[in-house]
Formats: sequence, C-alpha cells, structure tokens
Amino acid sequence: MGLTNTSTGRGTAAGRRAAGDGTLIALAGNPNVGKSTLFNALTGLNQHTGNWSGKTISSAQGRCRSLRREYILADLPGTYSLLARSAEEVVTRDFLCCGGAEAAVVVCDAACLERNLNLTLQVMECCSRVLLCVNLMDEAKRKGIHVDLEGLSRRLGIPVVGTVARRKKSLSQFLDALDSLVEGPAPKPLRVGYGEAVEEALALLTPPLEETLAGRFSARWLALRLLEEDEGALAPVRAVLGREVAGEPAVAAALEKARVVLGAYGLTGEGLTDAIAAGLIRTAQAVSRETVRGGKSGYSEADRRADRLLTGRAVGYPAMLLLLLLVFYLTISGANLFSDWLGAALFRVQDLLTALFQRLNAPAWLHGALVLGAYRVLAWVVSVMLPPMAIFFPLFTLLEDVGYLPRIAYNLDKPFQRCSACGKQALTMSMGLGCNAAGVVGCRIIDSPRERLLATLTNSLVPCNGRFPALLSVLAMFFAGGALAGFSSALLLTGAIVLGVVATFFATWLLSKTLLRGLPSSFVLEMPPYRRPQVGQVIVRSVLDRTVFVLARAAAVAAPAGLLIWVLANVHAGGASLLAHCAAFLDPFGRLLGMDGAILLAFLLGLPANEIVLPMILMIYTAQGSLQELGGLAEMKAVLAANGWTWVTALCVALFILMHWPCSTTLLTVRKETGSWKWTGLATVLPTAMGMVCCFLVAAAARLFA
Amino acid sequence: MRTLCELQPGQRACVGGLLSQGGMRRRLMDVGLIEHTEVECLGRSPGGDPAAYLIRGAVIALRRADCAGIVLEEEEGGVSWD
Repeated sequence: MGLTNTSTGRGTAAGRRAAGDGTLIALAGNPNVGKSTLFNALTGLNQHTGNWSGKTISSAQGRCRSLRREYILADLPGTYSLLARSAEEVVTRDFLCCGGAEAAVVVCDAACLERNLNLTLQVMECCSRVLLCVNLMDEAKRKGIHVDLEGLSRRLGIPVVGTVARRKKSLSQFLDALDSLVEGPAPKPLRVGYGEAVEEALALLTPPLEETLAGRFSARWLALRLLEEDEGALAPVRAVLGREVAGEPAVAAALEKARVVLGAYGLTGEGLTDAIAAGLIRTAQAVSRETVRGGKSGYSEADRRADRLLTGRAVGYPAMLLLLLLVFYLTISGANLFSDWLGAALFRVQDLLTALFQRLNAPAWLHGALVLGAYRVLAWVVSVMLPPMAIFFPLFTLLEDVGYLPRIAYNLDKPFQRCSACGKQALTMSMGLGCNAAGVVGCRIIDSPRERLLATLTNSLVPCNGRFPALLSVLAMFFAGGALAGFSSALLLTGAIVLGVVATFFATWLLSKTLLRGLPSSFVLEMPPYRRPQVGQVIVRSVLDRTVFVLARAAAVAAPAGLLIWVLANVHAGGASLLAHCAAFLDPFGRLLGMDGAILLAFLLGLPANEIVLPMILMIYTAQGSLQELGGLAEMKAVLAANGWTWVTALCVALFILMHWPCSTTLLTVRKETGSWKWTGLATVLPTAMGMVCCFLVAAAARLFA
Repeated sequence: MRTLCELQPGQRACVGGLLSQGGMRRRLMDVGLIEHTEVECLGRSPGGDPAAYLIRGAVIALRRADCAGIVLEEEEGGVSWD
C-alpha cells in the first residue's frame, strides 16, 4: 500500500530516461529479494518496498553517486523470469533489452540462490554487462547458508558482490563493483547450454545475426527469440532497429536452416520452449550446487512453525481476525491517548488566530473565511485523521514487512476462487486498506485481465486509510462505551472491515456472474520466508511516506473545501444560506437513506479526499449554528446529536463511508489502469449502489420497527 | 498416473512431467518445476485449496486445478517423513 507518487502511477515510466547526465543502470531481480530496499538505500528516493511480488509496478528511477560516477538507477518490477510474459515481465524484459541501460544489476536472495539464478542467467543472455548482487547475506548466514561469492563470479563469468541492503556500509562495495563493470571491458559471461539440437540451431543463426546487429542486441538472445517466434520480445527490437531482423536475407536463410535442424530433432513449439526453460533451470541448479554450502533451504523450521500457525487449516482464519483486531485495538487505544489533546490544542490555535485577526482589525468576512472556514476544517481533519493514521500505518507496515500479506492471499484464495477471481486480489484489497488508488495500481500483479478488472472495480469496498478513522469515530461515538470502550471499538471496526471484505466478495461474485464472466485462471503465489521487521525504518518510512502524504493531500483539499462551506453558509439567497439550500435540496434523498442532506453534501464535497467527510459534516452543522468549543469525541457527538443523529443515522453513515463512490484520485487511477471511462463509471456506480441499498434497508427497517 | 494434487502434507515426490500448456506451463517451469525436481507438500490453506509446496527452496502456493497438470514420477518415492 505504497502511497508515494511513484506507486500511484505518477512520475513513473518504463523505458524513459531521466533527464540529465548519468549512466543508466537497470536494477532487476526476483520479488522479495530486497531490491527496492537496495534501490532506496542507494538513491534515498522514498519508494516504498513490500514483501510480496509486484510491489514495484512500473520502473521507478533514482539517482546515486559513486566516488567516480553518477548513476541513474531504474528499479524494475520484481520477476522470476523474462519468459512467462506477465505484465511485470514485459516491462522488465523490454527495459533490459531496449531501455538503453549501460549495465544491468541483478539482485538475488542469498538464501534462495538457485531460484534466483534463473533470472540472472536470462539477464546475462540479453545484456552484455551484468553485475550480480547477492543480497540478504545476513539472513542467509543466520540460516547457516554460505555463498561462495568468488566461486560464483568465476563460474558465471560476471562480477558478483555480496550486500546487506539494510546496512549502508555494504553499499560502497557495490558501487565500486558497478564502477569497474561500467568502465572495464565487457565480461565473458557463462553460456547456458540448451542441448544439442538448440545449440546446433543457434550455431547457424547467431553468426549472421551478430553481423547485422553490430553489437546493438545480444545475438544469442535474439536468435532464441526468433526460433521461439516470440513476437512480444521481437516487436520492441524491431521498433528500436527500425527494421525487421528476420527480413535480412542472410538471417532469413539461417533461420530457415535452423528451423529444419530443430524439426529434425523434433523440437518445435512447446518442445523448444521446454528445452530453453529446462536449460536455464539445470544450469542454475548446477551453479548453485557448486557455490552454495550449508543450510538446506531458506525456508527454515521456524518459518514452518509460523506458517502452521498463520495458515493452518483450523487456525488460519481465527489468527487473521485476531491480528486485525489487535492492530485496531492498538490503533484505537493509542489514538485515544492523544486525539483529545491534539483537538484541544488545534482549537486553541484557532482562538489565537481569532485574536490575531481582531488585533489587525481584519474584516469579519476574512476572519470567517480563513479561520472559521479553511482553518477549522483543516484542524478537524488533522485531529480526527492523524492519530489513528500515525499508529495504524506503522503497524500495518510491520505486518507487511514480516511477510504476512502473501499469507493473507494464500488464506483467502479459496473464497476468491469461488468468486472466479484470483487470490492475489487479497493483496490488492490489503493495499486498499492503505489507499485505494495504490490498491488499484497494485492490481497489475494479477495476470488475467478479467481477474485484474474484478480486483480494480471492487477495490474501494475496503475502507482506505482516509475513511477508516471517520468510520472509527462514528462507531466509537454511537456504539462503543463503558469500561471496554477501546476494545469494543476495535471489535466494531474489525466487524466493519470484515463487512467490507464480504462486500468485496459479493461484488466480485456478482461481476463474475454478469459482466465479467469467466473461469478462474491459474494461480502461482510465492510465500517468502518471514523476515525480521526493520522496526525503526518501518516507523520512519510509514510516517514519512504514508502519513504525511495522505495528510498533505487531505489538508490540500480540506482548506479550500472549508472555505467553500463558509462561503456557502454565509452567502444568502432568498432568506436562507446557499448551504441551507443545498442541504435542503439533498435532504429528502438523504432521509430515505437514513441520513440527511448535510451528510450527503459532505460526501459529495469529500470526492477529492474522503478524509474530509466527517469534518465537513461537522462544519456544515456548526456553520449554521454557533458552536465554538470542539475538541474530542464527546463534543463531536453532542454536535451530531443536536442535529438529529441517532444510532440509525450513525449506522447508515458508517455503511455509506464503507460503500460509496471512490475518491477522485482512485477514480482517475481506475481510468488510467482500465483505459476506459465505462469501467471507471462502473467502479463508481457499483459501490455507491451497494451502499445506497444497504442504507435504505437499514433506514426502512428502523422506521418499521421504531 | 499420480499428480501433485495427491501429494499429502508432509510428503515429498519428484516431478515426472507437466501436462499444463501455454502460459501456465511456462510459469510452472519458471518456478523450477521440470523433470526430477523434488517437491514437498507443506500444507493446505484454511479453505483446503490452494496448497503450499516447497520447490527448490522456495514456498509456492498452487491451486488444486493447476496441480492436476503436474505429474509425479512413478517410483517408491513420495516417502513420508516428519
């Protein structure tokens, strides 16, 4: 649930060269090998890293300096291979072969080298200068695994450097190795053997290719793609060269001959593809057997025990709910400690501002617009949003850092399968808890277009971090109380999230039975070993990356919206304020849904950022009255109750917070990801309709039984 | 013909071949599932499907339907161990 600009799509572009000088270096690697951590450590760019595949969704770029040179690093999506043609693999492959990088760095997990070598060997095949970075050396050591770096370098024929990306000092070694690689002669990398037939075909096809390519592309790599007729890989090559390689008479003739050779061995279509994949895996196995000693596997006995507890048949689901409850309990009890204090402090500042305006003899309308309008909503947003956010984010990041999120996908795959969807939707759903826009971008990790669309359209049904503090306040004010207030709030919030998840399942099921019919596709999910979380870094990163980002966005919307409300409340037409007119216009519809016009107006105004909905409701009520002191939840409840709120209103508001139109950022992201306004419209209408139906039913039932 | 579906938690066996075609075949090969690769079933998810397998040092979750395309070697293998 990365919330930086990079992760929500802006400022990223595959294959684009950053402006200015610097040697362009591609950073590739399997998911979960700490590649993005390395990238962050090197560039200092706040690009969030996650412990599941597909965190880096398109290539992000950052700069770093060694003693001698300036580099532009392109962080490519984590992939296991360049052959299977998923979205991330295409981005990575195209960048590696056509992105114009001087050299490629492949980052590997020392504890799982054999698996990682598959990608390394493929990169070595298509790039001339490759540096292998064996990362997480400390984790491997703890598991009793020793990697012979020198032996590995000798065997692969490329420079190899060991790093602990979490520790900055191992990075200078890495930069030195990169300098030598870029400045020195091109290494002579190990050639993967693909068996007699393929080698014979390659021997025919490679020489004429070498001649025509003149070093622009790796002839061996291109020869394999030509033999495989891999159009996806050949198209970008054609675009770069501006011509069809296979169109050259010499190449065409050799290709013809090579095909005959393969045919004679019975290697066509799938057989050839198999031979290539098997060649890579056998080579990786041989190299790792020679260079890795000790420890059987990076998946240790402790990992087994943890998985039996967290993904076990009987305990998997209860453990998941308990963890969620625990996270919310800690969030709520932590937030309670300073939310009242923060609210009181911010409203003291309002008094100071008022005093200042009075001393300056500022006109009343200016004071009203800026202080009672813009500042007050801003203060509301900060005091309602900041405390839960500042605690929930680090806690959630911690779970992510440990490696728990892929386990959620594993646990929830069965219900998603029932809805003809992909278990990885559980990951995008979890990302949605942080930010729905990030969740929507995250849907790229799902391979099947139909399943990706299902995940995209239903993402906003889990409340993002901008909504759940509001949800929390509403539930806490009207439903929790007594000695166990903190615990019962946590329980209610957990219930609300579970309801969001159930709504997601329902919407997914509904879509896959109607508009997006189809069978569930295949599912291959890696569950990385549990890692010791980097507590310090998690706190810093989540406060900087997430809390500040979300809060800044909310504040940027809140101040102008507060101004607008104040103007609406103070410009009169026909005996009533414009605000009263708007609220009155929406009121009948609001009542039908168990709410009122002011609430609906606040939801509408909250389109740019859901964070401001609850503050906006209060603002609308108080703009018409004359309430001054607004501090904690108790005062808030008094304002709401004075405006006719009952538990039914609160319940309907909570349901509508959970299910209504996504915020504008999310909608624009959906538009960008699906490329269609129609799907964007559906992403708006679907949750809204579900919310309206639920609210209507609750309101009708309440009227009936009251 | 035994497939990976039949491997019970705690059991190990070697892959004999793949029946899956196209993209799924590629994906399975990419996680290292070629002939003679040893696979251990680690457990099933709370819903009973998918199951987790240890393949070449990495834990991979596969659905039952996809496992049906992975044939196991016919041998005295599949030795139960705990």
